[in-house]
Amino acid sequence: MKAKVRLFARLSELAGVRETEVEAGEGLTVAEAYRQLCLRFPALAAYSSSLLYAVNTEYVAPEHPLGDGDELALIPPVSGGSRAV
Amino acid sequence: MLFEVTGEPLDPARLVDHVRKDESGAVVLFFGVVRNNSMGRRVLHLEYDAYPQMAEKVMRRLAQEGMERWPLTDVAMQHRIGRLEIGETSLLIAVSSPHRQEAFQACHYLIDRFKQAVPIWKKEVLEGGEVWIEGEVPER
Repeated sequence: MKAKVRLFARLSELAGVRETEVEAGEGLTVAEAYRQLCLRFPALAAYSSSLLYAVNTEYVAPEHPLGDGDELALIPPVSGGSRAV
Repeated sequence: MLFEVTGEPLDPARLVDHVRKDESGAVVLFFGVVRNNSMGRRVLHLEYDAYPQMAEKVMRRLAQEGMERWPLTDVAMQHRIGRLEIGETSLLIAVSSPHRQEAFQACHYLIDRFKQAVPIWKKEVLEGGEVWIEGEVPER
């Protein structure tokens, strides 16, 4: 039971990877998966209050359970588009 | 409708042609352009990262929001990712409608919503450093 994890922008630079995996068994929630990732990549802990989670490209609540084969994305605050305009 | 995240240079004429319909009396096109300064510092270039599959899905949802608010004839959005130089176009939003007022209003609405919600991130590479711009916690 594994879920894929995708990291973007500064999160991927802090972790040094753009993709990894977590064990998704036993009703593991996305917030618990993030805490596991923080043990492996301690720099990610700085984002605990500003992250959103997406599973299979839809935003989900922190208590959303991960299933086998799910794709979890950690979404840092966005800046796309017009900020420079 | 067209929603795209791409590593290639953006073509505004293609997007305008895409949204122009026989029912359209107006097309408004927004360009986001790479500026040479930020908060008083010189910008050398930008790097954009994205979650493309989700970004395209959120763009489509925003376009649907716009179409519920105004009688639009079409909407298209493209964002370029990767390294962009000063003066290059990072974002295009094209809106068509029967009359100009709703096209202007909808385009303004969509660029504001884009910035809040679409999972795309910008890194400014400055003289003497670089920084990921982390503005808004995206709306769920």
